Amino acid sequence: MKKFISLKSIPAYLPIVNIDTDMIIPKQFLKTIKRTGLGKNLFHEMRYDNDGKVINDFVLNTKPFDRSKILIAGNNFGCGSSREHAPWALLDFGITCIISSSYADIFYNNCFKNGILPIILNEEKIKDLSEYAKRKEEIEVNLKEEKIIYGNNEINFKIDPFKKKCLIEGLDDIALSLEKSSHINDFEKKLKSSKPWIFND
Amino acid sequence: MPKTLYDKIWNDHLVHQQDDGTSLLFVDRHLIHEVTSPQAFEGLRNSNRKVRQPKLTLAVVDHNIPTTDRSKGIDDKDSKIQVETLEKNCREFGVKLFGMDDKRQGIVHIVGPEQGFTQPGTVIVCGDSHTATHGAFGSLAFGIGTSEVEHVLATQTLVQKKAKNFRINVNGKLSLGVTSKDVILQIIGKIGTAGGTGCVLEYAGSVISNLSVEQRMTICNMSIEGGARAGLIQPDEKIFSYLKGRPMSPKNDKWERALEYWNSLKSDSDAKFDKEINLNGEDIAPMVTWGTSPEDVVSINGKVPNPDNEKNEDKKNSINRSLKYMGLKPDVKIQDIKIDKVFIGSCTNGRIEDLREAAQILKNKKKAEHVHGMVVPGSGLVKEQAEQEGLDKIFIKSGFEWREPGCSMCLAMNADKLKPQERCASTSNRNFEGRQGRGGRTHLVSPGMAAAAAIAGNLDDVRKYQN
Repeated sequence: MKKFISLKSIPAYLPIVNIDTDMIIPKQFLKTIKRTGLGKNLFHEMRYDNDGKVINDFVLNTKPFDRSKILIAGNNFGCGSSREHAPWALLDFGITCIISSSYADIFYNNCFKNGILPIILNEEKIKDLSEYAKRKEEIEVNLKEEKIIYGNNEINFKIDPFKKKCLIEGLDDIALSLEKSSHINDFEKKLKSSKPWIFND
Repeated sequence: MPKTLYDKIWNDHLVHQQDDGTSLLFVDRHLIHEVTSPQAFEGLRNSNRKVRQPKLTLAVVDHNIPTTDRSKGIDDKDSKIQVETLEKNCREFGVKLFGMDDKRQGIVHIVGPEQGFTQPGTVIVCGDSHTATHGAFGSLAFGIGTSEVEHVLATQTLVQKKAKNFRINVNGKLSLGVTSKDVILQIIGKIGTAGGTGCVLEYAGSVISNLSVEQRMTICNMSIEGGARAGLIQPDEKIFSYLKGRPMSPKNDKWERALEYWNSLKSDSDAKFDKEINLNGEDIAPMVTWGTSPEDVVSINGKVPNPDNEKNEDKKNSINRSLKYMGLKPDVKIQDIKIDKVFIGSCTNGRIEDLREAAQILKNKKKAEHVHGMVVPGSGLVKEQAEQEGLDKIFIKSGFEWREPGCSMCLAMNADKLKPQERCASTSNRNFEGRQGRGGRTHLVSPGMAAAAAIAGNLDDVRKYQN
């Protein structure tokens, strides 16, 4: 996984609440067996019309937001299905940081497995930041110090320390868990005698 | 300290806990399907890892497969590759698979309980957000992403942080024509689509305990639409007798030991919940969604909301956006909304009792001329059972199509989809923009309400059609 330390970009602002994973990446693109190549279909139904033509006034189709690495959006971002294709599509488009007042649980978790930082801020601060999107000015996200720097201002955000460590060091979850193999072995051994029906053998 | 059912299952599965609360949780049951697993297996192969417990893993094809004649295989090239990839991965890693030609094939959340793979007190995961369905058995069941699927395959565990406890009590009794689908839609309307975020829901109260096993699955299934990854119900005799004798249920002395453990699975009477709400069964009417979020619910006797009555600016914008997408005007009576299609099926309402409920309304009646109706049984075994009972004939006689099992038009990944602006009364779980096909308009309803809508040609009150 690619490390996330800090990031500077003009943010794109999508002022819609309850953006679901069907909106982020519609189902017809879930037929892939790869993790890559989904960026062109991110927000497909908002970006392209029925004939597949680019909808010019959709924010991610306009300059400079077509290169935004930061997306600011309404609350309950990523609700709906568990499809990891949603963070894969964002990542493939180039977005590695999302700012919202809340996220759906599964999507939130999926972000961290892909080097994407989802930041939670209150709605007032989100309105402040969205002004920078409108004025096409850069903001800076610094994960190490847990702050966003914009103009002469700073906002602090909070993040789970373990999740932060994994992002900053680009750690592989599975390798970390396999280090605890002896605990898993012990657990399974105990389980075989305490609940023998679980293994059904 | 008194504990909730969720606390107890959590503690029973704790393999390791870090000081910051990050925990490694053992997974007893892992369900996989063709759409969210290929990248996970590829990850295993790339790092030379194996499936740690193939016997605790069960694979099924459901999301992507055709529901029409399957004798010639799958037309869609990409769908075909995905299904073949799952077959190949299951062979290579030694995982049991119910393929397209297997009678036991069906929607993953219908197959698990049907086979007795789903059991009380277990941790069950699947790369699908409707995994919460299995919580009806008193298990901790939730949806995960593909990276987590890979993690479970490799380690049989999952990295988790403990969620909050949220109890929803539904007391009293349900009126005639009101089903568990209406109960869960009412709950989501009340708590909102983010109301359960960060929580595990426990459904309790007399209405819940009076529900059948299958009706409970409908409730738990839509926990995610209320923002909660998991929702569960204390298991009881109904659950135990449902499981007895199923192919993968415990047998002989193991059954006795399991039963003893299952009987202990309940929240302590003085357990503390972080959140709690109460609903009255008598207050719940047959429900419909009018908008593009499952929280946009209204009773069948209600009207489409008027954005002018909403003070919150975000909510007002959201109502306007939904009305535009849905092609609806404010204050229109719900029963005046004409429909084009009816879809009966999905992991929410594709079980035998759901089909019986719809068939009972449709018996000796015809669907409206302009309506296209489709019934997709949840599994091959549901289909077989329905055919034994003659339900297929009732559906066909009333003008419905009788299809092969799968996810079908719930998410419209296969050929079953709405055309732009087509309006559908659907027994599925999501009414998101484009969910059932680009530009398609979905109204979520119970199976009985879907049948009533098919007959009337517009959304209608199922209570008028009760035989």
